[in-house]
Amino acid sequence: MAEQALVHEPAKGFIRKYVFSTDHKVIGIQYYVLALFSVLLGMVLSIFMRLRLAWPMEKWPLLQQVFPTGFVGGPMTPEFYLSMMTMHGTIMVFFVLTTAPLSGFGNYFLPIQIGARDMAFPVLNMLSFWVTLVSLLVMVAALFVTGGAPIAGWTSYAPLSALGEVAGPGLGLGQTLWIISIAIFCVASLLTALNFLTTTLNLRARGMSLLRMPLTVWAWFTTAMLALLAFPVLLAGGILLMLDRVGGTSFFIPGGLVVSDRLISAHTGGSPLLWQHLFWFFGHPEVYIAILPGMGITSHVLSTFSRKPIFAYKAMVLAIFAIGFISYLVWGHHMFMSGMSPYSSMAFSITTLAVGVPSAIKTFNWLATLRGGRIRLTASMLFALGFVSLFVSGGVTGMLLAQPVIDIPLHDTYFVVAHFHIIMGVAAVFGIFAGTYYWFPKMFGRMLNERLGKIHFWFTIAGVYAIFMPMHFLGIAGAPRRYAQLTEFEFLTPLQALQVFISVAAFITIAAQLIFLFNFIWSLRRGKRAGANPWASTSLEWTVPSPPPHDNFGAVEPVVFHGPYEYSVPNAPEDYVMQSEPVREING
Amino acid sequence: MALLLGLFFWLVAIVTVGIFVARVWWLPDLASMEGALIDRQLTMTLIIAGVVFFLAQIGLGYFIWRYRARGTERATYWHESPKLEAAWTIATAVIFIGLGVRGNVVWANYFMSGTPPDAVTIEITAQQFAWNVRYPGPDGKFGRTNPALIDDALANYLGLDPKDTAGRDDIVTQNIMVVPIMRPVRLMLRSKDVTHSFFVPQFRLKQDAVPGMAIQVHFTATKAGEYEIACAELCGMQHYKMRGRLMAMPQPEYEDWLKKRAAL
Amino acid sequence: MTKKTVVAAQAAVVVLLAMTLGCGKTDETAKVTEEKTAAEGKEYQPTGDEGTITGKVAFQGQAPKFPAISMDADAFCASKHSGKVFPDAVVVNDNGTLKNVFVYVKSGLEGKSFAVSDQPAVLDQKGCIYEPHVLGMQAGQNLRVVTSDNTTHNIHPMPKVNREWNVSQPPGADPIVRTFTRPEASIPVKCNQHPWMKAYIHVMGHPFYSVSGQDGAFLLKGLPPGKYEIEAVHEQFGAETRQVTVPPKGSTTSDFAYRVGQAYRPSSLPMMPALVLHCCAEE
Repeated sequence: MAEQALVHEPAKGFIRKYVFSTDHKVIGIQYYVLALFSVLLGMVLSIFMRLRLAWPMEKWPLLQQVFPTGFVGGPMTPEFYLSMMTMHGTIMVFFVLTTAPLSGFGNYFLPIQIGARDMAFPVLNMLSFWVTLVSLLVMVAALFVTGGAPIAGWTSYAPLSALGEVAGPGLGLGQTLWIISIAIFCVASLLTALNFLTTTLNLRARGMSLLRMPLTVWAWFTTAMLALLAFPVLLAGGILLMLDRVGGTSFFIPGGLVVSDRLISAHTGGSPLLWQHLFWFFGHPEVYIAILPGMGITSHVLSTFSRKPIFAYKAMVLAIFAIGFISYLVWGHHMFMSGMSPYSSMAFSITTLAVGVPSAIKTFNWLATLRGGRIRLTASMLFALGFVSLFVSGGVTGMLLAQPVIDIPLHDTYFVVAHFHIIMGVAAVFGIFAGTYYWFPKMFGRMLNERLGKIHFWFTIAGVYAIFMPMHFLGIAGAPRRYAQLTEFEFLTPLQALQVFISVAAFITIAAQLIFLFNFIWSLRRGKRAGANPWASTSLEWTVPSPPPHDNFGAVEPVVFHGPYEYSVPNAPEDYVMQSEPVREING
Repeated sequence: MALLLGLFFWLVAIVTVGIFVARVWWLPDLASMEGALIDRQLTMTLIIAGVVFFLAQIGLGYFIWRYRARGTERATYWHESPKLEAAWTIATAVIFIGLGVRGNVVWANYFMSGTPPDAVTIEITAQQFAWNVRYPGPDGKFGRTNPALIDDALANYLGLDPKDTAGRDDIVTQNIMVVPIMRPVRLMLRSKDVTHSFFVPQFRLKQDAVPGMAIQVHFTATKAGEYEIACAELCGMQHYKMRGRLMAMPQPEYEDWLKKRAAL
Repeated sequence: MTKKTVVAAQAAVVVLLAMTLGCGKTDETAKVTEEKTAAEGKEYQPTGDEGTITGKVAFQGQAPKFPAISMDADAFCASKHSGKVFPDAVVVNDNGTLKNVFVYVKSGLEGKSFAVSDQPAVLDQKGCIYEPHVLGMQAGQNLRVVTSDNTTHNIHPMPKVNREWNVSQPPGADPIVRTFTRPEASIPVKCNQHPWMKAYIHVMGHPFYSVSGQDGAFLLKGLPPGKYEIEAVHEQFGAETRQVTVPPKGSTTSDFAYRVGQAYRPSSLPMMPALVLHCCAEE
């Protein structure tokens, strides 16, 4: 393909090498660590939520010492619950599910997998990370300010989010910081997306035709396209929301509002639905930004550990593209009950069900990949199989939620919470885990402990099913989401036992993540040394030492002769053929 | 391990489907006319989704066990099968789009049929954190309101303009709503401050109340009794407590109640 | 490096959460102490010459009628009242005087500063009604919000010059203790859970204020001798001022009168204009 870009010299000095580094591998690890911090924070926030939901009136004297305002009088206040909920959602969606699989793994492995020595714009890449970090710091700052973190949820529907403190605690400074942080995040993601697209199109090694790219690369490439077109819309929405709050404009605030008995006379003519359209025009592609890289990783890992070519490679590529494209046409399915025209609901319903077709194709292809394989249940493979199971579990409920008529009873209930946690949250996290167990040896030169990995898997898969399956039942029974407790309603009070069960399951599952954390830290120093290709994989990152040198390929110019998933090729000497293996040798 | 994992996915499939089939937790008992079609569509989709879910998990579990690594034989070198791919693509497309079309028919019946002419009109104005309910009174007309006149402390929650004679007989209640059974009710949903959502699970009724908009929905209660109105759109700190009581009663009792309320 | 970062990340989670939200409170207490010390510097010392202003707030005309408050939705609130409950925005006493009028010294105290009471001003929530309906307090004095109710309230003062806050108070919760740092008249306080609940807090820079009670009387005591302008404020009828002179060790009387249908007169102090009483303006 194109000429290799001029490679920058290895940086000298600790700061240039590890802090303000332009090396895509260091940046990838930086993103990964940022996501790791965020996921820990997000989990801690969810502990608070689960405490309140299971034991709403319980007093927590110890926590009261630490958070006198959040636990005024002993029990957790509903506004504290809502601020935990908002921050949990926001941090998980933006700083974990968007950051780890795309910016983390993508940064590290996209260039190596296509045979490039770095990203197309290394300095831009460094900037993307530091801008993301600033965004995270601003978001975390929202937890500290007086009035607390915002309570408007990760969707921050206007006018609740636009009116300021009068509409509720945390909607003053906390909400302002939230909007600023998201706006900064949009900029960072835009830069990342540009870099990914350019790199994929221009820096592929000789022989790395588009249809020889691993499915991970296809997934990152498509995700970058989604990010490129989705984040600007959120950025625009965020700026307009900010203007409504501080600039006296009325994009989202209609006239004649009376909030907390105070007439809002400064605004007129805005539309609350406009915010929802802008948010979900970003928000739905965002779901796929979170899950597509997981699909790519799962395809890659399933093929590797079944020792079989991925089934229907071209169909997989087409499916990724189809999902990406259709994801732009479905945003209205979040708004079936919003007062939007019932005619558009019908159109959005059909497009939403249509996105199920490529998703189903992927599932069939994964199953067909397993069929006739020689499955090795490594920790990475376990998580990839878990991904498939979760993708199915979370996907089928989409068939219900895609229909506006079924959304009448189910919209904004726990059924939706179950659906998106399983398919967007947990499945994507399983993709991240599969990637971590698979690539850790390449990134750090040492193996993760497989036994601990398997224990981690069992706790996690059993835990997430125990947490999220019962939420379907809560939803069917009519429990609305974002309630600080269910017991204020008579028809919901009998469901409290389920809430307690879910909380206990959540605590166990969260505790089990410490196994992973321990394994991760311990293996960095003490793990078994990894060779260049411990899993007998085929893609280019396994042709170089672990960890790879500064410019990835050293003196050797990588040349590609094969597709990415040549496992169990008849008559080949090994049960896998590396992408870079010259054709002659196989025949000979 | 392969056997264990296979069995685990089987277990997930069986337990989940079992709980749904046994209806351990299920939709609240239906109490509206329009809800019957919704429930049918929901149940049908749930069955299809359940079958897909069950087969996929069982298949996944079986494959993991059946194709576990053993012996020395290599895996099958199997790249693609255009026929198979075409078959399942068409099958899923037909099922999904078919479901969508059917669902849309039910939706269209509900939302585009228009409210029957003998419907009772009730206005709901949501606020943080209460449901204000207004009946037009004997003249059938709602009086003019003005946001500048709203004063909760004087119990003028809607800002009724005293100069408008049409409003003199309006009946305004807070968090208490009474509807007749077996007669269509048209709701006009409004909001004073932020977006709320009017949700009565037994009626299969949910619709956002959006500030700046007046959204109409209709329903026909079939069973007398007391129900709860829940808010289903995050509206602030006490969202979880935004509860209204809804009493459905036969027409004569409903009229008595209105009269008694008007006398207050 | 990565390991260190991971460890640091964990430590950060702990530290960060330890500081969440709780900070706001600490911060506020600190401010109050600061203000108190500043005031103590040139505080007014009583000389024994101080006098008193007394008076009544009369009300002329028919007491306005409001629709009864419906508390049906909260079973607890409803159970606390046997008869009908009417809004407490205008309460006319049996002797024809007006209750809940806030009377305070508006000018004449310039250049003097006074000790801030170390007793808290108490706002109670009783049967889903604020008690008292009008509360006077000093800037820097503690406001103690207690609940006698077995239902969750939220306390939402909406000041203009002080900072707005909004906190839930579940049944049996400890009192919420806060302060307002700057003088500000007529801060509306609202419970969003029970929309009819409303109170007004008047935050003063001195201790010379009073709220007319069930006899319509007010009493301002301990005033240094001199000329003053005093003002009466009612949430529906607005403000009235009087010029008075307090003789040494003496007492002076000054009465106010409100009547139905009078136009709302805003006070010149920073305050949230209450909404005009619509029902009565009609009559």
